[in-house]
Amino acid sequence: MTNEREGLRVAVFGATSAIAQAALRLWAARGAELFLVARDRERLDRIAADLALRGARRVEAFVADLDDSSVLGRVLEAMDAALGVPDVALVAFGTLGDQTRAARDPEAARRTLTTNFVSPAVLLTALAARFEKAGAGCLAAITSVAGDRGRASNYVYGAAKGGLQTFLEGLRHRFAGTGVRVLDIRPGPVDTPMTAHMPKSGLPWASAERVAADILRAVERGRSVLYTPWFWRWIMLVLRHLPQPLFHRLRL
Amino acid sequence: MVSAVAYSTGHRAWGRVHRFAHRVVRPTSPHDARRALAAREGAPVLAFGLGRSYGDCCLNPEGLLLETRGLDRLLAFDGESGVVHCEAGASLADLLATVVGRPAPDGGVWFLPVSPGTRFVTIGGAIANDVHGKNHETAGSFGRYLVDFRLLRSDGRILRCAPDENPELFCATIGGLGLTGLVLEARLRLVSVPGLWLELEEVRFEDLEGFFRLAEESKEWTYTVAWVDCLARGRALGRGIFGRARHLRDPRPVPAPAPPRLRVPFDPPFSPLNRFSLQLFNALLFRRLGRGGRRHRVRPYHELLYPLDSIGAWNRLYGARGFYQYQCVVPREGAFRAIARLLDAIAASGQGSFLAVLKTMGDLPSPGWLSFPMPGATLALDFPNRGEATLALFDRLDRIVLDAGGRLYPAKDGRMPAPVFRAGYPRWPRFAELKDPVFSSAFWRRVAEGATEPARARAA
Repeated sequence: MTNEREGLRVAVFGATSAIAQAALRLWAARGAELFLVARDRERLDRIAADLALRGARRVEAFVADLDDSSVLGRVLEAMDAALGVPDVALVAFGTLGDQTRAARDPEAARRTLTTNFVSPAVLLTALAARFEKAGAGCLAAITSVAGDRGRASNYVYGAAKGGLQTFLEGLRHRFAGTGVRVLDIRPGPVDTPMTAHMPKSGLPWASAERVAADILRAVERGRSVLYTPWFWRWIMLVLRHLPQPLFHRLRL
Repeated sequence: MVSAVAYSTGHRAWGRVHRFAHRVVRPTSPHDARRALAAREGAPVLAFGLGRSYGDCCLNPEGLLLETRGLDRLLAFDGESGVVHCEAGASLADLLATVVGRPAPDGGVWFLPVSPGTRFVTIGGAIANDVHGKNHETAGSFGRYLVDFRLLRSDGRILRCAPDENPELFCATIGGLGLTGLVLEARLRLVSVPGLWLELEEVRFEDLEGFFRLAEESKEWTYTVAWVDCLARGRALGRGIFGRARHLRDPRPVPAPAPPRLRVPFDPPFSPLNRFSLQLFNALLFRRLGRGGRRHRVRPYHELLYPLDSIGAWNRLYGARGFYQYQCVVPREGAFRAIARLLDAIAASGQGSFLAVLKTMGDLPSPGWLSFPMPGATLALDFPNRGEATLALFDRLDRIVLDAGGRLYPAKDGRMPAPVFRAGYPRWPRFAELKDPVFSSAFWRRVAEGATEPARARAA
């Protein structure tokens, strides 16, 4: 799907996230054409300049808050103008939120569910229509291993990510037999600005660069579900199948 | 954002002797950094980049570390003037992978003006330590190539610092150990070189006089450095291998430096770098050049400038207790005698080091008030941390350095007593007036504020 002369065309929504930025740098180094969307103008402009210097053939940046569905039309028009239908669309925005709050404050729960499920699903719906027409491309979204089973410590976030996993599974079913690929990216804990304040003991933390390299490989190979780093596939397999009485004894 | 104050002990300097608890934030925009400073809740603050300084000048026990990894973007590059504009968390490796090697108007290619021994240092760290390289004689230190930088002070102001704007803060920040505020972004002047391949010559010398003779004969070479056999005594004292290199006019691109291949993923239970392996290592290194005592090669720049970058986390080879590096510089007048005394004291102690590096430094001045280099000779050595025995040896070396009118390099230091710092850096009281009141480090609290030495307590 790469057109060597024009470079891979990639659209990233939530381009200022650490994982998105790391993936964008890898795509830029390969001479890709990039379309970026994020809320924060200051960060977005800096990232766009950086990607251009790191080898991107072209970088277009668009400031928008994708939780506001009224801007969606304008965002996608800008994408159409910049790239047409891209080869890869990566939905990377999300928020960890504060589970203690989200578990008790309905408004906080609504915000976590909106940013991590409703907004990405709405965006993917609009993107899917374009990809369907083109009959090719890769629709990718970052979910989380937290979506694999509800746990006391972050089930609001986990439920939103789990919902998104199901949404992607459905899209994949819909596009089976066409040239459109649907990739569900499930990282474990990643060392990012969002998690910089947390002591890094206990869980195996991955770097955003590692996760990004895994994402590019999964896109190239047309994979469906990516656990990154790889061992999370097996950890989550065990965790998902743990009988409830045993599961309830764990503090997770 | 952060609901509870969480302390992390994961941030350590390269020598791994000190283990302190820090609060950590990673701002990703200037606005973010300002907000993090405002939310410090009274804690002292310090920037933390890639953790390549060796001792405690990059640590801030019980304080707040502002990780600069989130501020690592390249912002602009002017192919005519060679000026690159980037955020201060960007590393030399980022520049090498992008703008270095692009064509310059004079037919050469753009290159880093000054490189320390690793490419994994941030621009902010290179400014804060006013780093130097193997080309100090011909190029001076890093601070000479700064066009300007933007400095965030704890009162929230962002100041442009340049030779013609806030000149005092400009000079205080270069070599200022991160204590004048947070450098957000900088503009750096690259230099044009004929090509990215180096002509490299290695020559054996039999004693210290041989070293100084070769240094004198090598004025036509851009880079010079020598490895010294620290265990040799008597007539062989100061023997070693002298390396010199210069850029070739060779348009071939160099192979990209491989990412760190070998990893040292854990602490060996005891250091494999004991006295016997060192003797063997030094003897082999010394004999490598064969009968002629001379070898001539053409190699890509990174093999000479960053020899250890291909081994990930080599610092772990020194074991769980970590290691110290001791780097001093002594003035040209009396350098021979001082270096001879230092080498003799080290050989007598039997605590020889894996890497003993000797080089001369030139006359080009730095704008930085606390800049380390001075015209003369600098000696750098690693020592596995053996507690009091190691620290006692350093005290003996300190006396030789001070007698000669020299000083120690804060970037490498984790134990320098206050009087040694104050004697080596007579401009420090003037610096202290411009230091940001909120910024601090374990190093600064020891050398300037008379804090008891945490290094000594924890190292024992």
